[in-house]
Amino acid sequence: MITVTLPAHLRTLARVEGDVRVEVPGTVTRRAVLDALETAYPMLRGTIRDHGTLKRRAFVRFFGCGEDLSHEPDDAPLPPAIADGREPFMVVGAIAGG
Amino acid sequence: MSGVRVLVGTRKGAFVLTADGTRKKWNVSGPHFAGWEIYHVKGSPVNPDRIYASQTSGWFGQLLQRSDDGGKSWEPVGNEFAYDGETGTHQWYDGTPHPWEFKRVWHVEPSLTEPDTVYAGIEDAALFRSKDGGKSWQELSGLRKHGSGSHWQPGAGGMCLHTIIQDPSNPQRMYIAISAAGTFRTDDGGTTWKPVNHGLRSEFMPDPTAEVGHCVHRIALHPSRPNVLFMQKHWDVMRSDDAGDSWHEVSGNLPTDFGFPIDVHAHEPETIYVVPIKSDSEHFPPEGKLRVYRSRSGGNEWEALTKGLPQQDCYVNVLRDAMAVDSLDTCGIYFGTTGGQVYASADGGDSWNSIVRDLPPVLSVEVQTLQ
Repeated sequence: MITVTLPAHLRTLARVEGDVRVEVPGTVTRRAVLDALETAYPMLRGTIRDHGTLKRRAFVRFFGCGEDLSHEPDDAPLPPAIADGREPFMVVGAIAGG
Repeated sequence: MSGVRVLVGTRKGAFVLTADGTRKKWNVSGPHFAGWEIYHVKGSPVNPDRIYASQTSGWFGQLLQRSDDGGKSWEPVGNEFAYDGETGTHQWYDGTPHPWEFKRVWHVEPSLTEPDTVYAGIEDAALFRSKDGGKSWQELSGLRKHGSGSHWQPGAGGMCLHTIIQDPSNPQRMYIAISAAGTFRTDDGGTTWKPVNHGLRSEFMPDPTAEVGHCVHRIALHPSRPNVLFMQKHWDVMRSDDAGDSWHEVSGNLPTDFGFPIDVHAHEPETIYVVPIKSDSEHFPPEGKLRVYRSRSGGNEWEALTKGLPQQDCYVNVLRDAMAVDSLDTCGIYFGTTGGQVYASADGGDSWNSIVRDLPPVLSVEVQTLQ
């Protein structure tokens, strides 16, 4: 099981408290994690990545194991600690404002 | 016992304000969708307990929420607004071609007759329709593919389709308005569209009387006379007596004819309301006095309505979707401000009270009259 940390607004939308856990078949990539997340919580479709293009929304970032994973390829394997559930895959809303 | 439900969209959530028919004591529920921009909330005329809310965010994009119990609980429905076919380009602010891109839903308009049908006006300007209660959306692309589409240009607030009006006497006829393209009409249920802007004059355009390019802020009609339209344009208050085929100015004695909302009294089709705003560079009421202006003659002759409204040091704005009327025997008028106040008049505008004073900036106000 992969642990995913969502920003507060998306936790509210998905009606969850705290981290969520999703089963990811096969190689654990960013695309696979997001596919599994959106299958389990379909109300999140379009909020993290665009419909159609599946591109990351501009003000959303992905972090894990102390690294910014936002610019890694969609199909690159995520760090082993995320893949075995020891560390969360973090979806982060960019800090913006005055 | 009759009552009203006022649906308020703000920069940081939605609020539902309810009162009985006396409209004196109000219950405020919310914020719903706290922290999100709620551009518009509107109920179905067929099933008043069915309400749609456009929920949007620069971070997380667009959501559409639906309530089937009068706003007590909500479920997200479809949020995929895919343009039909090649999107092509429209004009950017500097006149260069710019690709069409979905940004947000400005306005939701439930069908007058079909409980599962609802329309959505979006930025970049296009009209969508759902026939399954908002679960899936299809573009009525005859509008965007009208020959003038590549010449449309955004207004300062974006290239938004902000007004959708269904003709209650003719299900094939509908009007929409786009900033800054103008007003369009369909007579075949949304398949084909034509611009209906003859008579509008916009000095900022190279050709002030061009077929498209006008910054229409809002249009309104009375259900008993669907061929009579009223328009608050960027500058000028306009009227059409022939379903938009031609327009003439009815700004008359208004202190300024800039503004955003316009609405029609529920029982008096010649009684209309606007909120004059000083100018497009100073988005607040003239002289710091918040005044609704009422015309009982369908325009030209206007009276200021001030009782209960702040008459000094008031520098709020009233946005295009932030005025509505109820249909109780004594027509109620409602509007919200960018200062977070929602004002109500239970006597056709003669006197006003604030229902709430300290909401986030108000983007939209709609009213449901409940029996």
